[in-house]
Amino acid sequence: MLSSTGHPFIFLLPVLAIAIFWVMAKFEPKPVGVTKKSFFERNGTPVAIYLIVAVAFWSLFMIVLPQLFMVEMSFRPKLPPIEMGGPKDLYTFENYHYFIYGSTTSSDAINWVHIKAFFLTIFASLLVALFNFALCYPLAFYMAQVARPARVRFLLLLLIAPYWVNEILRAFAFRIIFSSGGLINKILLGMGWVDQPIDFIGNDIALYAGLGYAYMLMMIFSLYNAIETLDHAQIEAARDLGAPWWHIHAFIVIPFAKPGIASGCTLVFMLSAGSLAAPLVLGGPRSLWFTPILYDRFFQAFNWPQGAAYAFILLLACVSFVLLVLRLGRLSLGEIAK
Amino acid sequence: MTAAVEIDHLTVQFGLFTAVKDVSLQIRQGEFFSFLGPSGCGKTTILRAISGFQDPTQGVIRIGGQDMSGIGPNQRPTALIFQNLALFPLMTVSENIGYGLRVRGVPKADRDRKVDELLNLIALSDQGHKKIEELSGGQKQRVAIARALAVEPKVLLLDEPLSALDLKLRQHMRNELRAIQRRVGVTFIYITHDQGEALTMSDRIAVMNRGKIEQVGNGRDVYEHPQTSFVASFVGENNGFTGTITKISGDQAEIETSVGRLVGLNKKSLPVGTKATLFIRPEAMQFGAQGENNLSGTAADAAYEGMTTHLTMKAHDGSSIVATLTGAPAREFPSQGSSVSFAFATRDALILPA
Repeated sequence: MLSSTGHPFIFLLPVLAIAIFWVMAKFEPKPVGVTKKSFFERNGTPVAIYLIVAVAFWSLFMIVLPQLFMVEMSFRPKLPPIEMGGPKDLYTFENYHYFIYGSTTSSDAINWVHIKAFFLTIFASLLVALFNFALCYPLAFYMAQVARPARVRFLLLLLIAPYWVNEILRAFAFRIIFSSGGLINKILLGMGWVDQPIDFIGNDIALYAGLGYAYMLMMIFSLYNAIETLDHAQIEAARDLGAPWWHIHAFIVIPFAKPGIASGCTLVFMLSAGSLAAPLVLGGPRSLWFTPILYDRFFQAFNWPQGAAYAFILLLACVSFVLLVLRLGRLSLGEIAK
Repeated sequence: MTAAVEIDHLTVQFGLFTAVKDVSLQIRQGEFFSFLGPSGCGKTTILRAISGFQDPTQGVIRIGGQDMSGIGPNQRPTALIFQNLALFPLMTVSENIGYGLRVRGVPKADRDRKVDELLNLIALSDQGHKKIEELSGGQKQRVAIARALAVEPKVLLLDEPLSALDLKLRQHMRNELRAIQRRVGVTFIYITHDQGEALTMSDRIAVMNRGKIEQVGNGRDVYEHPQTSFVASFVGENNGFTGTITKISGDQAEIETSVGRLVGLNKKSLPVGTKATLFIRPEAMQFGAQGENNLSGTAADAAYEGMTTHLTMKAHDGSSIVATLTGAPAREFPSQGSSVSFAFATRDALILPA
């Protein structure tokens, strides 16, 4: 608890972090029998000190403290500033309790609105990740194994260029394309395939398409990097032994690219589940995405502890998903981080 | 009997570059046939055309009498062994060998029996469970062969599979490959730039240069009776002296070169005035004796290799001439710079068009 008695502690933290990294640099694990220069000899003392201090500050202030702060806050009650640190400021589970049992809009015993939004978000993000994989795999395979270098460069440019545009602008562009008077509906109506415009936004189709599009590059690059390292002779060998194309993909390419697939899917999943712009812009009136609810906890309800609890729940779900994927794929964290 | 593989006026072009020019060839059933040539001569392109990875620009390839046009590599009765072997690293040895059978939907029991049989053939009986990375270079080689043989191909194609091995293992694998080929009786088509490999293993060799076949014949044919200058200089070591034919008597001809007048066999019946090259093998060269043809110069180098010694002489025109002596030399090697002379018999020298 960062109350008045806790303040000196926060000044000790950077010192502690630096000390930890200093010790790690000093007693670097080395392979047996290899005589390697120490961390300080390799980099020179000034650079070594800079690296240790920079890494310590970065990991402390960018990663550890914000997360710790949010976790800590999620266990505190919502109080007016004057009462913070006072006798009522005690650790409590009420924010997590609210996620399951509380409600502001209905008299149900269980907070179905938020729980549904949470699981829908997780489920939809999963679908977005899988859909993205299905969409990106053929392209990544083409770029990594089939296309000539000049063609690959051209395709990469085509892939990257749209991302020069701001994410929110891109989301609005999707809203325009998918609106009832938008390009897609005009084409469908013009061709006579439908009698009246399809409500892409109300049915969340625009949202899923927008999310899929927003994080496509993550998937493409993860897959491309993995498939590119596959020796083309392996594909030819399988073909030569009589394998049909689907067999080569299912038993040669995909097992080889498994770490890339896992890292692409987990990235897209986590980014979709945590996405804010696309659900805000592309979400229909009835759509339930968890991040806007989370956002509202902070900035509409002004209930930061509750927002922190919601954010922590989402983080736990994402971390569990990554661990599950690793377990299912029999992969180590190091493999998908490559 | 129909040929195992018939190459009929095959031409392959890549853009403006012609990799294979109008090659026609018949490879017999059960033969160990090699394509020998320097890198870039088109031998790998021919192999890829036979296996189906390369479409011919012109011409037809028939396997067992059947036209292969439009038939993909996975439908052809061929199996290819890649230069880097291309074993599947995520599968065990047994899974690698059984892959082709699995693709064909062979039931597991039959597949296992066949895999065991092949493991036996390559003397890796109890290693089927191992991962590919746990094998030595020679073992990987044998697994690649077993994997290719598992699908019972009519023709086994080998693309310089020994080039990654060290010398000792390479020589051992030559014998092993030959033995396996004899045992299974499958037609082997072997690609190599190493003439030692081609000569020791092959029933017949096609020597290739710049997309064309220079000569087809067995090892002795191409070594002892080369038909072109390229074959004479590419297969084995050779001393070549280029000049103009000045006199013809019977099957012999005299040629005026920068190291003097030399006489050799004129099997091609080249007329007087033709530009030609006289070839004489280093091992046919005599050191320190006088003979029908004599060359003199200064000793430049003596490379002692135990069983043989290569003596290099610098001729008066600056060219290097090599003589290979076998066994213990009768006398001391000449010191560098001292005057030496080589001699050779007319019947050992061949005159071919330059």
